[in-house]
Amino acid sequence: MASKPRVKLPKSVKKGQVVQIKTLIPHKMETGRRKNKKTGKKIPQHIINKVEATFNGKPVITADFHAAISANPYFVFHARINESGTFKFVWTDDKGKSISTSRKVTAA
Amino acid sequence: MSNSLSKYENTLERRDILKLLGLGTMAVATSSLINSDALATPDAATKHLAKLSGSSSYKSGKVKIKMPTIAENGATVPISVSVESPMTADNYVKAIHVAAEKNPQPQVASFHLTPLSGKANISTRMRLGKTQNVVAVAVMNDGSVHRVSSQVKVTIGGCGG
Repeated sequence: MASKPRVKLPKSVKKGQVVQIKTLIPHKMETGRRKNKKTGKKIPQHIINKVEATFNGKPVITADFHAAISANPYFVFHARINESGTFKFVWTDDKGKSISTSRKVTAA
Repeated sequence: MSNSLSKYENTLERRDILKLLGLGTMAVATSSLINSDALATPDAATKHLAKLSGSSSYKSGKVKIKMPTIAENGATVPISVSVESPMTADNYVKAIHVAAEKNPQPQVASFHLTPLSGKANISTRMRLGKTQNVVAVAVMNDGSVHRVSSQVKVTIGGCGG
């Protein structure tokens, strides 16, 4: 569906530190209200409706998006890191397809 | 006698008229209040948020929306929502719901947080069809719901169609 997502977060942190995580995924976020200029037919809705972030399998944050989120959904949130581990990010669209990426973080 | 009766009737009438006048002005005052209220919080957005948060009584404070006051392009308007909370296992923000009052659909986004979120502060970019209020509610783990709204002036709408 979409191309490579981008994630920005520190690789090493202090234990218990709260860090900011920036994510962006290229996607046109078709609202379902635009019309094809030649045929006059509505272009069906096609959006990313869910973003999930987990750390070592534990949920950190989940976002439900609707058509009012801009193209190339940009999503910034925070996480408290108590141990070393792996962040996993999953983007799912309204057709059920998903893209995921993960990042390792070491906590000292 | 008839004279005095008619006088009595007259005074009654005057009283009644005065009463009616008073009621009338009160009615006008309340209806204008209700009207301005309805304009400020269109039903769809209010209902949507009430459904999501499971509450229709909101407290103010704690939640903040950070958005530009004037957005030149409605297709991408940055929005940040932050909630005052220590985000510990006993005291954290469960969810943040965002709605737009005058977009084609009121739904914008919902965020489900956990104590691992560390800080109740999220940012994204949204579409705005025209000048309107954006409303955010925060649901705490104790069940209390806080609400805030912010007006954004939009020069060019961004909802397509």
